[in-house]
Amino acid sequence: MDSHIHLSAEDEHDSAYTGLLVNDAHWAFGTDFEDPLAGVDTSIPEGTDAPTLAAYALMLGDDSLVMSHRISEWTSNAPDLEDDIALSNIALDLLGQARLLLARAAKADASVVPALPEGSPAPPEDALAYFREAHEFRNVRLAEVVNGDFAEATVRVLLFSVWRLAVFERLRTSRDHVLSAVAAKGVKELAYHRDYAARWFVTLAQGTEESRSRLLAALESLWPLWPELFDTHPVEAAAAGAGVGVDPADVREDAEAVLDQVLTAADVTRPGKPRRSGVLGRTGRDGMHGEALSRLLAEMQSVARAHPRGLW
Amino acid sequence: MNLLAPRRQLARAREAVERVTDPELPMLTLADLGVLRGVDVVGDSHVVVDITPTYSGCPAMAAMRDDLVRELTGAGFDRVEVRVSLHPAWTTDWITPAGRAALAAAGISPPGPAPSTHGPIPLTLLPTARQVRCPRCDSSATELVSEFGSTSCKAHYRCTSCLEPFDHVKEI
Repeated sequence: MDSHIHLSAEDEHDSAYTGLLVNDAHWAFGTDFEDPLAGVDTSIPEGTDAPTLAAYALMLGDDSLVMSHRISEWTSNAPDLEDDIALSNIALDLLGQARLLLARAAKADASVVPALPEGSPAPPEDALAYFREAHEFRNVRLAEVVNGDFAEATVRVLLFSVWRLAVFERLRTSRDHVLSAVAAKGVKELAYHRDYAARWFVTLAQGTEESRSRLLAALESLWPLWPELFDTHPVEAAAAGAGVGVDPADVREDAEAVLDQVLTAADVTRPGKPRRSGVLGRTGRDGMHGEALSRLLAEMQSVARAHPRGLW
Repeated sequence: MNLLAPRRQLARAREAVERVTDPELPMLTLADLGVLRGVDVVGDSHVVVDITPTYSGCPAMAAMRDDLVRELTGAGFDRVEVRVSLHPAWTTDWITPAGRAALAAAGISPPGPAPSTHGPIPLTLLPTARQVRCPRCDSSATELVSEFGSTSCKAHYRCTSCLEPFDHVKEI
């Protein structure tokens, strides 16, 4: 049909109608930037097993995605506008990292991508985010536990980003071009996240009796999930062996040193609580998760699953 | 075919791309922001543009792509391919002098030199020390409100002389 709205060439750029006159319908639950890895060298580095690379990228991507979702729950709920914006920004950075990492997993080994209902335009990274079950997620459990108060968000972001930054600092030299690029970009973002949380950690610890007691309670509750971050899963060992990944055990010393700096500045001692055990030795990296992840996924996935062909 | 034609096509593509501005910082062209990494005409009317995201989750990428496609299609190119180039990672050091002047003129404090990101990144528990001048009254009496501002790439500052809040493009 011919449009009855006629625009001169000069008007066209500024007109709000321009976009309405073209058919730009796209997948309703993603950004529709066709391939986030277009233009990136996605060949599998020589001597690397493609399924290992995909499984490793999936682990990192799931950490980012689940952590991003949890942090995004703070949007409009933080104690003040500045921190609302800060937490939203942190969630957005992690979501961006998740998208690239999940796309990398799909590109390395298409068999990790779940089958979609017929006619769904969801790109592979969205298929991975929206159409997998909880037991198929490989994120560390620290990312998934239910949010508490602002002190809890501070401790969670601190523990996650201290560990993650140490991993990404090493991942910058990955033989995989995508992972090295994601890491090189990610370290800049994670450094802001870590320092933001570290400053709040010290502020709350040295603030009022109330803020200190809440901070200590938060640290106590999340502390049992800290050791899991440094466990070496066979996939991580294989990826590290092939020079594409990082063995998290290797970053423990660096991460503990940074955390100790924060604890010292805050005059807080390490809690004595033991690590949270897995189920028959299985933890987040093995797909063993708490109920919290199922609820999180139900909220995140249900609309996309109800409308797998959704366009707007 | 005229041997000069490909060069003219490339000049035409560059001219069209030069008109595209950042959706969140409309005073800057993509080239001034440093996110435009390359323009190439590969076929008779097929143009490939490489852009790089400022932050991993930058939601402006889709808008940039749409604007590039519209300008280049308008300039007569039939096939426009916009590619995302992840490496090397964007740094604020790529914002051109003209871009910095445009930011300041729009009331946004331009970034200082980006810190080195080689090796382990040291923890900083004190607010990032920057020499930030108020873009409105030029006072150096400014204080950081938050490292996270209205968009991923900005920190939120306040001028203690004229009391106006303002954005600072943070160094990465």
